[in-house]
Amino acid sequence: MNPRLVMRQVEKRFGATRALRGVSLEVAPGEVLALIGENGAGKSTLMKILSGAYRPDAGDIQLDGAQFIPENPQHARACGIEMIYQELTLAPDLSIEENLLLGNEPARFGWLNRSKRRQLARDALAELHHADLSLDLPAGRCSIAVQQVVEIARALVRQPRVLILDEPTSSLTQRDAENLFAVVRRLRERGVSVIYISHFLEECQAICDRFTVLRDGESVGCGRMSDADLGGIIRLMVGREVTEIYPRKEHTLGRPVLELRRIAGRQKPSSVSFTLREGEILGIAGLVGSGRTETLRVLFGLDEPRAGEVVVGGQSSDFLGPTRRLAQGIGLLSEDRKEEGLLLGRSLADNLTLTRLGPVSRFGMVNDRRQQNVTRQWMEKLDVRAQGPEQAIGELSGGNQQKIAVGRLLHHDAKILLLDEPTRGIDVGSKAQIYRLIGDLAVQGRAVVFVSSYLPELLGVCDTIGVMCRGHLVSVRPAREWTEHSIMAAAVGQAPTG
Amino acid sequence: MGPLLGLLFVVGLFSLSDEVRPFFLTGGNFKIVLTQTVIVAIGALGMTLIIVSGGIDLSVGSVVALTSVLAARLVLAGVPPAAVVVLTVLVGSLIGFINGTTVAVFRMMPFIVTLGMMGIVRGAAKWMGNNQTVNPPDNPVNRLMALTKPQELFPLPIGVWVAIGLAVLMAVVLRQTVFGRYIFAIGSNESTARLCGIRVPLQKIGIYSLAGLFFGLSGLMQFSRLTQGDPSVAIGLELDIIAAVVIGGASLSGGTGSIAGSMIGALMMAVLRNGSNQMGWPTYMQEIIIGIVIVLAVGLDRWRQVRGARRSG
Repeated sequence: MNPRLVMRQVEKRFGATRALRGVSLEVAPGEVLALIGENGAGKSTLMKILSGAYRPDAGDIQLDGAQFIPENPQHARACGIEMIYQELTLAPDLSIEENLLLGNEPARFGWLNRSKRRQLARDALAELHHADLSLDLPAGRCSIAVQQVVEIARALVRQPRVLILDEPTSSLTQRDAENLFAVVRRLRERGVSVIYISHFLEECQAICDRFTVLRDGESVGCGRMSDADLGGIIRLMVGREVTEIYPRKEHTLGRPVLELRRIAGRQKPSSVSFTLREGEILGIAGLVGSGRTETLRVLFGLDEPRAGEVVVGGQSSDFLGPTRRLAQGIGLLSEDRKEEGLLLGRSLADNLTLTRLGPVSRFGMVNDRRQQNVTRQWMEKLDVRAQGPEQAIGELSGGNQQKIAVGRLLHHDAKILLLDEPTRGIDVGSKAQIYRLIGDLAVQGRAVVFVSSYLPELLGVCDTIGVMCRGHLVSVRPAREWTEHSIMAAAVGQAPTG
Repeated sequence: MGPLLGLLFVVGLFSLSDEVRPFFLTGGNFKIVLTQTVIVAIGALGMTLIIVSGGIDLSVGSVVALTSVLAARLVLAGVPPAAVVVLTVLVGSLIGFINGTTVAVFRMMPFIVTLGMMGIVRGAAKWMGNNQTVNPPDNPVNRLMALTKPQELFPLPIGVWVAIGLAVLMAVVLRQTVFGRYIFAIGSNESTARLCGIRVPLQKIGIYSLAGLFFGLSGLMQFSRLTQGDPSVAIGLELDIIAAVVIGGASLSGGTGSIAGSMIGALMMAVLRNGSNQMGWPTYMQEIIIGIVIVLAVGLDRWRQVRGARRSG
């Protein structure tokens, strides 16, 4: 059979970063292709090219044998490429029917044909065996699973040739996921080509015919799903060479300072327990959406808890807000520097000292000179490149911003540091400095929780590593007992195989 | 710096006219302008805090009306002047406290909460005044805004000195205190403020309550100037105050603004009104001109910022 879609050596660069270095893949009509890769491997970029959001810098794309360069999302859609994003895009206040037909209203001379609309909507849902849904229900009132079915049905109304599903099960329960698989199988019978992006390999095994693995912006392997073993695929996903050097400093672990007992949040996490000791660097690995960030946020009091117990310094502690957690000497570095971590319009000095203005003020009045001097000291220690303490932090590079964000925890003199993706989006030099800093903190007897999606840095820096999968912290072991392969296996829900 | 240049520009513009200049540039006229500025200026002190923290308060005009009626009723009832001042100001603060609590605890949009409060308080003012003005006998409170020696700059009415004194105090509070830093932090990014352990709801209640003090004081000045309590006075005053704060360089999305800027903004509005009057322009003309000035002032400010950002980036 002729392939429906062929991509050959597609490349894309953003500034100096090469997001895609040459990706090739093929899908036949009525075939489900699993697109597999770690966070940041280039899956999203590739799919954005296919759906017209980005233009490729090089490479060749063919759709049913004809050259295809999507100009923009409308063009890609008109050519029969439909994408279902991880975050659903229904209009919550419109009914299911209105959502289904949004942008494809059957109309004659501008008049909406009501009975024809209903028929079209009903057919689309029946196609997916969901004819029982009420067409008049507002989409926002439906469960996530139903909304997803509506999105897929909406795509079907447009008679797509290629349907892309991006992490469709990440917010579904097991049963809803089974329903989705049935829907995907129906699509296959209809001859639609499906590109299925997922971290969960068993899922891919269950419903995909073939797979392509991306790593660091390259396609590194492909094959028939039935012939492949999961171990082999995981090796392809993580098989990069470790080039960074992680300075390890000798430090000893002391008394337990923080203990979590079956912590659960409103949605995530489901259950997390661990014990953190003085001088310990505990890494938490896991896929995006596994509940790592939420664990830190519930612990720090930014998200509401549902169940569990926290023990700080040997004493049982209620769930407290950030103010009280900071008073206990716990600090959180947000994963989102721009939206949450920093006051981008304010000075370095204000950003650095905000949690602890006490030492730079007297009788409630901030002493500017003292604040600037303190800031200058930290800038020197952390090697921050900036004009001075009064510069707005939004004008600095990502690495320098991050050093100030970390510096805030140091100025606060936090004993327990919760670092959420501390090296995200910063240059290699700054990364190395942050690794060194984390090591120094451990030597001083401080405890660090280090959440990261980048496995080499976890393996290089941490004493202990735990892996989260679907809201559970499944396994906490000394770092030397882990390999990238075994972490990835645990993160995708595979039982450790030794 | 921008707002100050704008003010000088406006003053210069009116001075160009040979007919207007001889009276416009006199101490007596400056005294009138300053006195006319007091009510908006004191309100702008409170509004600056709220806007810098990322909020808004639309109930100010109503609060001024209510507190002016309240002051008149209190004087009429024979309450000593000092107690009149304290009670009036406290009632303003109480309304601010209710606004702040509703915004903070129920996480409602300040626009909606204070829009509702605008109606409630206006109604309450009319109720308290039986839908008409309240005219107390001559009393010490009236002297706050009284003009003596109208031909000369000094002595300025007490109200002007009070406004200047409070402006200096609030400039220090906003720039130099921990509370002030928290206001800027909340307005710049509420999530960051929370992350840094600032009790955002508590601070918001504090901000609206403190601002309410100034709105109550503004109402007292209103009463003093009219020498009567008028429940239908100061309709739309909140918009003048917001305009003054915004002309002074504050952003309605929060995180920027200064007391000095807001004061200059308030002065600019008063100068525009005063100058237009002397030019003999009809009131509709003044309204159009002030509208243009607001858009122009903020537009210029944005343009400067964009240009500045382009240079440094």
